Amino acid sequence: MTNTSPAAKADTAKLEAESRNATKAQLAEFWYYFAQNKGAVVGLAVFVLLVLMAVFAPLIAPHNPDIQYRDSFLVPPVWEEGGKAAFLLGTDAVGRDILSRLIFGARFSLFIGVVVVTIALTGGIVLGLIAGYVRGAVDTFIMRVMDIILAFPSLLLALVLVAILGPGLINAMIAIALVLQPHFVRLTRAAVLSERSRDYVVAARVAGAGHLRLMFKTILPNCLAPLIVQATLSFSNAILDAAALGFLGMGAQPPTPEWGTMLAEAREFILRAWWVVTFPGLAILITVLAINLVGDGLRDALDPKLKRS
Amino acid sequence: MLSYALRRLVTAVPTLFVIITVAFFMMRLAPGGPFDSDRALPPEIEKNIAAAYDLDKPLFEQYLIYLGRILRGDFGPSLKIRDFSVGELIASGAPASMELGFSAILLALVIGVSLGTLAALRQNSGTDFSVMSVSMVGIAVPNFVMAPLLSLVLGVYLDLLPTSGWGSGELRYKVLPVIALALPQIAYVARLTRGSMVEVLHSNFVRTARAKGLPPRSVIGLHALRNALIPVITTIGLQVGVLLAGAILTETIFSWPGVGKWLVDSISRRDYFVVQGGLLLIAGIIMLVNLIVDVLYGLINPRIRHN
Repeated sequence: MTNTSPAAKADTAKLEAESRNATKAQLAEFWYYFAQNKGAVVGLAVFVLLVLMAVFAPLIAPHNPDIQYRDSFLVPPVWEEGGKAAFLLGTDAVGRDILSRLIFGARFSLFIGVVVVTIALTGGIVLGLIAGYVRGAVDTFIMRVMDIILAFPSLLLALVLVAILGPGLINAMIAIALVLQPHFVRLTRAAVLSERSRDYVVAARVAGAGHLRLMFKTILPNCLAPLIVQATLSFSNAILDAAALGFLGMGAQPPTPEWGTMLAEAREFILRAWWVVTFPGLAILITVLAINLVGDGLRDALDPKLKRS
Repeated sequence: MLSYALRRLVTAVPTLFVIITVAFFMMRLAPGGPFDSDRALPPEIEKNIAAAYDLDKPLFEQYLIYLGRILRGDFGPSLKIRDFSVGELIASGAPASMELGFSAILLALVIGVSLGTLAALRQNSGTDFSVMSVSMVGIAVPNFVMAPLLSLVLGVYLDLLPTSGWGSGELRYKVLPVIALALPQIAYVARLTRGSMVEVLHSNFVRTARAKGLPPRSVIGLHALRNALIPVITTIGLQVGVLLAGAILTETIFSWPGVGKWLVDSISRRDYFVVQGGLLLIAGIIMLVNLIVDVLYGLINPRIRHN
């Protein structure tokens, strides 16, 4: 349409407004179902708090997470006998403030979650779309490779991959992303398989849409609901696996205030100082719990088929 | 049923072959070698050591030698733990690891299914709510967090159980590790059981069973539970991998003399044959458990009989 008449312009504007309203209505509907799940709302609130804590860590944290106060080794939390007001949750074995380390640790955990899920989701969607859309030998090959990855326990495979790549946070994230990817591939492929022969896809093909457009613009948006739910679950899995790798000394290296690494460093002091073990553990627990709750809420809101009774 | 199991075993062979291959080349791709950390040796001695383990041959030839060994049931020698073959290492660690794993699965099934059933029978009551919230937390606690917390409470404060070690294998040394490994699984099984039990309890055949006057015990035990367990059994198969990884962490934390501890150590020590053998063993176990699960599935659910 090169010379658009005013009437056509008005039509386009009207259509755009309608589609905006539709999106708004969809969001409102989504929020209605999401808010039905009280746990999910609480989880979301906690998660938002965690994100804020991570973003503003330098402003909130009372101390530098790496500074060692030589006169304050293993100071108990403030409410215990011998606690100091300067160290609300106490200090660790080399005199670092645990609260500040936990606050900065939130940055690492959330960063790990975001990066891992982004890599795994992107790779998984592309491979899954190709497998489900192209079918044939390509499909078989991709799915067999994924089956092999799934034949190993994820943590163990990540451990071996990290050994090959070298210990460290970045390599740990790549390893975890690789290990989590097959779930996304399978989900995407399954969704694509059920969508590709639907009438709207055939219609788009008849109208002359190319393969890439069919894959990414026509089919993909209709496969997103289960992927979003799986992404939330993978987010908490990524945090857990990264903490486990850190715990085994293969993830973030000391003195990084990563929660799993902190837990590993603290283990030998468990008999003398309960707080060095308990607080990083609680931080992991609260974060994972919050994300899982949000995931449950998302599932209820997005995927009525998966809804629990 | 038997022919189905046999067919599955046969189709497992190519997968195992791929796993052997991947594990072999993955370890060889890793930078560094098994003898790097030792003090510097004269080159001719280093050469002799490499020759003794065939490490001086071209990579592909090494691979063929390794495949030949596997076919003869020989997993190769350990490069770092002197005078031990991988087979011997597995034989010495496997009983303890299996004890840990099976106790945890058993505990998870018994307690998880009971709690889940209880919660489903009293749906939306206080019991239901507390079982569900506790298990929600239980799923979120990884066992490397649960283990130190448990040893803190039960071991240090209440002084009931030893916090780590093996002693001479007495029961009290085993309680904490098994609980630490089982707790997340208990929580998982409880949630699953409740979910499917609630669904089954509302189904027509349960109503019929009640209507024809069967006592509640047989309605629940014979009719409802049997059907509610189908998804639970499937997921147990999928959870085995998680459980094995958890077992590795648990063994490391509690110094449990199983396979997990030396497997983790061997990865960073580049003890090639040990890691390859360990990966093969673990993948084999996972595949075997899934086979057992599928067979059980047919037994428990007559709608799916494998022909």
